[in-house]
Amino acid sequence: MNFWLLMAYSVSLGGLLFLLSSGFSLIFGLMRIPNLTHGSLFMLGAYIGATFIVWNRTNFWFAAILSAIIVAGIGAVIERFLLRFLAGKELAQVLVTLGISFMVSDLCLMIWTGDPISVNNPPGLDGATQILGFPFPTYRMAVILIAVVIAAGLWLLLDRTRLGAMIRAGVDDPQMARVVGIPVPWLFTIVFALGAGLAGFAGTVGSPILSVYNGLDQEMLPLALVVVILGGTGSLLGSLVGSFVVGVLYIFGQAKLPELAYFVLFLPMVLILALRPQGLFGRPTQ
Amino acid sequence: MAMHRRKVLKGIAASGASLAVLKAPYVHAQGAPFKLGLLTVKTGPLAQGGIQMEQGVQIYLKEKNNTFAGRKVEFFSADTGGNPAGAKTKVQELVERDKVDVILGPLAAFELLAISDYFAQAKTPLMSLAAAEDLTQRKPNPYFLRASATSAQAMHPMADFAAKELKLKKMITISEDFAFGHEQMGGFQQTFEDNGGRIVKKLWPPLVTPDYAPYIAQIGDCDGVCQGFAGSNPLRFMKAYAGAGLKFPVVGGETAGDDALLRSFGDEAVGLYSCCPYTLDLNTDSNKRFIAAMVKEFNVEPGFYAAGLYVNCMVVEEGLKKTGGKSDDKEAFMKALKSVTLSDTPRGPIKFDSFGNVIGDFYVRHCEKAGGKLVNKTVKTYKNVSQFWTYDEKKFLSQPVYSRDFPPLKS
Amino acid sequence: MSASRIAAGIALIVLATLPLWLTGVYYINVASQILFYAVFALGLNVLVGHAGLVSLGHAGLFGLASYACAIALQGHWDHSAAIVFALAVTLVGTAVFAFLSLRATGIGFIMITLAIGQILWGLAYRWIGLTNGDNGVSVPSRPSPFGISLVSPTNFYYATLVVFLLSVAAAAIFAQSPFGASLRGTRDQPRRMTALGYHVWMVRFYACLFSGLMSGVAGILFVYYNLFISPQTLALAASAEVILMVISGGSGTLLGPIVGAALVVIMKNVVSAYIVRWNLVLGAIFVAIVILMPEGLVPGTVRLWRKYRTATAVRDDAGLAPKVAEPKT
Repeated sequence: MNFWLLMAYSVSLGGLLFLLSSGFSLIFGLMRIPNLTHGSLFMLGAYIGATFIVWNRTNFWFAAILSAIIVAGIGAVIERFLLRFLAGKELAQVLVTLGISFMVSDLCLMIWTGDPISVNNPPGLDGATQILGFPFPTYRMAVILIAVVIAAGLWLLLDRTRLGAMIRAGVDDPQMARVVGIPVPWLFTIVFALGAGLAGFAGTVGSPILSVYNGLDQEMLPLALVVVILGGTGSLLGSLVGSFVVGVLYIFGQAKLPELAYFVLFLPMVLILALRPQGLFGRPTQ
Repeated sequence: MAMHRRKVLKGIAASGASLAVLKAPYVHAQGAPFKLGLLTVKTGPLAQGGIQMEQGVQIYLKEKNNTFAGRKVEFFSADTGGNPAGAKTKVQELVERDKVDVILGPLAAFELLAISDYFAQAKTPLMSLAAAEDLTQRKPNPYFLRASATSAQAMHPMADFAAKELKLKKMITISEDFAFGHEQMGGFQQTFEDNGGRIVKKLWPPLVTPDYAPYIAQIGDCDGVCQGFAGSNPLRFMKAYAGAGLKFPVVGGETAGDDALLRSFGDEAVGLYSCCPYTLDLNTDSNKRFIAAMVKEFNVEPGFYAAGLYVNCMVVEEGLKKTGGKSDDKEAFMKALKSVTLSDTPRGPIKFDSFGNVIGDFYVRHCEKAGGKLVNKTVKTYKNVSQFWTYDEKKFLSQPVYSRDFPPLKS
Repeated sequence: MSASRIAAGIALIVLATLPLWLTGVYYINVASQILFYAVFALGLNVLVGHAGLVSLGHAGLFGLASYACAIALQGHWDHSAAIVFALAVTLVGTAVFAFLSLRATGIGFIMITLAIGQILWGLAYRWIGLTNGDNGVSVPSRPSPFGISLVSPTNFYYATLVVFLLSVAAAAIFAQSPFGASLRGTRDQPRRMTALGYHVWMVRFYACLFSGLMSGVAGILFVYYNLFISPQTLALAASAEVILMVISGGSGTLLGPIVGAALVVIMKNVVSAYIVRWNLVLGAIFVAIVILMPEGLVPGTVRLWRKYRTATAVRDDAGLAPKVAEPKT
């Protein structure tokens, strides 16, 4: 089968996965909790975006940003009013995020019913373009571009702004960060909101490809987990590399080894956790 | 739209309830109410069909004022979630807790296969759209009746059409990796290859596939594609197919080109052929009545799922009339149901064979754009198609059930 | 006779006579479900409560036993052979599970177990040749131990009750044994335990095996109850549900997982008829318990009961105290 075609699909899925998991990586890196609500926030963002696009006929990109803002707000509320109670108790925080994911999932079912929603490609990016001699969906190429732009934006944020410096300090050594006067609790809320917003944005951006349906959270959360574990928590470069690795594993796994597709996906995660828990690019903390 | 739908459903429930109350003094109910159970799917990719199934039942109940053969009807609807485990749980609830007299549904073949032993043991008649072949073939269930089609019943004529009219020779099949998909593609392959064609590749994405890309990337080197996607998956597949720039003609089964999906399809569906036991443009009185009611109540044009359940309700009521309204003697009720023949239904005339499967007409439709919207235009009608097509019954039953590997790929 | 012994005796009588006073086959079936899910929860509790290791992949072990049993039965093995085979497979599977997971503790352990659970789910879902994928595997019949057929819900309930009581006994013996104490030691003070000469890894490993075995027993009961197994049973949501059972009831206690199992099963089956969106309620209960009553319902209720008792005791004293003026000192 067409190796380059599969590769192209892998790269575009990788782009989408980066949008999904960059937020997860930030949250895990800074707050040391795997946010198991992340998949549900992705799905919520997809539903909100789809609602704006299909029923209000909002512009696609505007809807994506709007849904990012709304989901970021929801994320901030979750962090401030639920996770804050359990500050320091990481195990409890993980379990709370698990419970919240059930709630968000069912809320989506209540509001939007179980019927999947189909979202069209944004105008101008429909159809296929010829690359390397075969047609490839234009929108998927756009997704790669968006991922690169967001990656650049996040890098600028982390590397060149004060907020970014504070986040990096918090990731490297939370206790020292507190001692130095960095308002760590506020930082947590901001980072959680940022992560949630990225997930919401990813949900809408991904909706023309994946469509919006109720099991989306259960599909995407494990992928985000694998990306972050492989790439290393708290590392942007790790998320980027991890996303593309997972994209390749997923697409090639489904195409060439369908029976072992999920095995191929999760085995590297298990091996990394067993042998090099900080991932490929993470720093040995804990 | 979701809000609108829910309000409408609530409206129907309220009007149904109030109508029932109003009519109460006038209804000479035969003692206990007749309990009708429905196993449907309201979550997941098959939800598109499941919601329609319930709508079909509700339209019929409304038309008949919640009364079958003089008995008041109590309706229990259960959401199986579109998987066998859920179907098992819900059928137990319907039989043991709600004590229903007859069950309609479930939707999917793999759900039906999981509960077959159970409802046979419980001696509860069940009428389903689910196409699991063996329930009316090699492992016949005496309490099962099917008024729609077996998985392959719609695919045999489709293959005949594809080989003889479309003159296709090399095809790739793609369908979900569960019983319905396997059986559809198997049936298609058998008849297609009997008519001189050849299947060169079979692809099986899982029922829940976020991204069809890895499978679409494998389509090539053929002159046509046969797909059997169900629920809302046909929408996603056709979009991804068109998005990849593929232009081979696509043929499909009863769910692939479902009339109810047309409003959600874009231009990628133009040119799709599908073979279905139901079609919107069928000119029978009951169909016209049915379509008008669906449009009025739910503001949607019906498709295969809603029509199938409407017809099932017609059969249940007819069976109940035959037993004089009595449903306590389950064996007698089942016998009455099996002997039902109807000449005017939304899907045309129907009768049942000795296994409890329908013999009826099947329609090959071509998707076209008319007046700015998509319609399925019937291009050929195959009359009196049975589940065995033109094959000898004994010979057909002696071969294994259609599955992922049967018929095998000719290398 | 202490209060708890009387309570246990009453509970035993209630359980033993359940089919007599619980009308409806449906409710007897729900009771059977509560019992084998309780066995599952007790098994997980060994890790969560006593070892302090939270596993989000235990449904994988549960499902492994179910699939092994179902596939063996499909291959026309007889029931005892199938059951032994399933337990053996589960034991081996748990050993691999433990070997990989015990390289980490805390959050790392959660992540590895989640991943292994997903691997097992993925194999069940896509290794169609072995597991029939989404279509699932049907079990043709229930066993007839000592000639008594378990087809009827009442007989199945009693068989499950026997297994349940044995499991409770096993869990109780474990909790009070020196091994149980050493396990709790590794949870609280792993470094001191090592200093004392305990092989912490081995202790945890044996605990995993015990936990996996109990989960396997529950899985076998499940597959005989349902007469069917599909990949759904191994999904992340299923692992989350059993964690909920353990935590909501009270991890580290004996009664806790049982109460938790009853809560979740009743919510799923009975309440779902009245409240359609029970998953929402389940999630909300989960969150509420983790935040407000993290020790679980059973210890939490005991704590509140004790508070109430001491409060009323104080009031009683004040009321009954003789009205004698205290000499002013």
